[in-house]
Amino acid sequence: MNVIALKKPYLLFGLLSLSGAACAESNWDFSGNIELESRYFVESPQFDAQDDQKFQNAVDSTLEFRWRNNDGNQRISIIPYLRWDAQDNERSLVDLQESYWALESNNLELLVGINTVFWGVTESVHLVDIINQTDSVADIDGEQKLGQAMINLAWQQDWGLLNVFVLPGFRERTFAGIEGRLRTPVAVDNDRANFESGADKNHVDFALRYSHYIGDFDIGISYFSGTSREARFTINENGTQLIPIYDQINQLGFDGQYTKDAWLWKLEAIVRQGHSDTFVAAIGGFEYTQYQIFDTNADLGYLLEYQYDDRDDEEPLSIADNDIFAGARLALNDPQDTSVLAGIVYDHESDEVFLNVEAETRIGDNYTITGRARFINNTDSSDALDSLSEDDYIEISIARYF
Amino acid sequence: MNINKSLLISLPLAIAALVSTATHAQTEQEKGFEIAARSDRTDLGFGDSKVEAKMVLRNAAGQETTRELRFNTLEKENEDVGDKSLVFFQTPRDVEGTALLSHAKILEPDDQWLYLPALKRVKRISSRNKSGPFVGSEFAFEDFTTTELNKFTYKYLREEPCGEFTCDVVEREPRYENSGYTKQISYIDQQDYQPRKLEFYDRRGDLLKVLSFGNYKKYDNGVWRAHTLNMENVQTNKKTDLIYEEYTFKTGLGNNDFVKGKLSRLR
Repeated sequence: MNVIALKKPYLLFGLLSLSGAACAESNWDFSGNIELESRYFVESPQFDAQDDQKFQNAVDSTLEFRWRNNDGNQRISIIPYLRWDAQDNERSLVDLQESYWALESNNLELLVGINTVFWGVTESVHLVDIINQTDSVADIDGEQKLGQAMINLAWQQDWGLLNVFVLPGFRERTFAGIEGRLRTPVAVDNDRANFESGADKNHVDFALRYSHYIGDFDIGISYFSGTSREARFTINENGTQLIPIYDQINQLGFDGQYTKDAWLWKLEAIVRQGHSDTFVAAIGGFEYTQYQIFDTNADLGYLLEYQYDDRDDEEPLSIADNDIFAGARLALNDPQDTSVLAGIVYDHESDEVFLNVEAETRIGDNYTITGRARFINNTDSSDALDSLSEDDYIEISIARYF
Repeated sequence: MNINKSLLISLPLAIAALVSTATHAQTEQEKGFEIAARSDRTDLGFGDSKVEAKMVLRNAAGQETTRELRFNTLEKENEDVGDKSLVFFQTPRDVEGTALLSHAKILEPDDQWLYLPALKRVKRISSRNKSGPFVGSEFAFEDFTTTELNKFTYKYLREEPCGEFTCDVVEREPRYENSGYTKQISYIDQQDYQPRKLEFYDRRGDLLKVLSFGNYKKYDNGVWRAHTLNMENVQTNKKTDLIYEEYTFKTGLGNNDFVKGKLSRLR
């Protein structure tokens, strides 16, 4: 069980923030889903300690409890997320994606509690997005996040939206256990982490974001100061496990999108100081969509992005350095919302190739079925992705919504 | 976003049209515009509205899929600026929380943002996709966003009986780019000036869809709303019914309720 996910102060912060509102009024709304997920690994594992079953099965569930007062200016959201993995204990998790109380007044909103927020515009890498820790064992695409405790003040003006975040309490990244697939050659010790800050994980982080649009341009400028969401690693005394080290960083981010006709031009860039040397990373590209191809209702989108990162070996590892992402997205626009996304990431320095296909449709009113295939090819022992090279998998998941 | 809500009439243009009738024989174009503008005018000053709706999609075999949505609309009285609207999806459950924000323009492409609740991501999207199906239905995006009077040129055709009414039949052609239609033919009754039927002709000039407006109600503010919209694709035999609940007007919605930063705060 991944106990880091439910540390007591965290839960307390989430629940305390809710006690501010009287919940007598019965405007509660409940919804959620339960999902069965089965992965089939095409090859046997690379490392001896890894479980050699080819199937990895998991169950996860999201429960959503929402409340809004009659005036509509106060709301509460409680969204627990639970995951149980049959093979890798470190993949089992109890998390609060949301657990907050929010008060709106004219153009101001105060939110206290746990929440998940997303920043950015690109598809293949999310450089600017930094508030929430990545639940990296959920999916190697890094899009699943862990809830973050915060006090968030949002101020909407004609000239844009200003968000101020005070972020008490840090979430450690999730890593696969020693028996799990999709891990580093030496497994990460999830019970031990080192912090640059003397306050360890209790360091209070701070973030600021301004976002607006002017005509066809949408822009965001963000600043973060606090504990890095990405870890460096050191090896333990007897060389059996990796220990994450979380540095204090300052990061300035920019994201922008120019939307013209069927083209979306996208750019994200960051400057980060605090690990070792200050470094720059950027991702830019486009999304172009052909609507109603071949006289059908279907749309076909083309995605191309270039990932640049000038960090060196002293900084947390990034695989998104000098890589090209090319993808295609087919949306049938049918009543079942059927869509397929296929993408390839190619590192032109190391020749590593990461292939990803995702397809999704709805069955009836309440079920969705999703297929995923992920393949990593062409790595050699010096490459970052080499420890995943035997972990090609195909996944089917079926979700029931209620 | 209400297809039955015609848009704000350009007062100068309307006056010009009226004046011109006095001075010389009215052309078919002038008469067509005048009828459309008069219909549009019945909607003036509604301010803002909220309504819940159910969308029932039926394929040729009669299989049904239902979606529940909420529409919020903010009227922009300046006729050079389009209305602002928000569509919020309640079902199917897996897309609950998805929201589409539109700032309509007259001839320029609309500004649109989509909120994806699974990622909590706001994405600016291209509004070029006018003719594409709206959430798999027989309604196209443009069927919702092109109720602005000046998005079309008009031509009066004839008058004919339509149910219990007599209707003026007016042809209109899109002035904006990327429409999936070469023309539309609207049937507007002579009593309440409300659209009763709208026929859509595809890019080849063939009849594609017929939209019937029913279950009209006049609200206290004098504004008419149809509550049942039946769209039938005559080429594929697919149908979509859009069934509205009671509208509420002047609900206190303002510009700040139609900004992209609001999309993650709707639930």
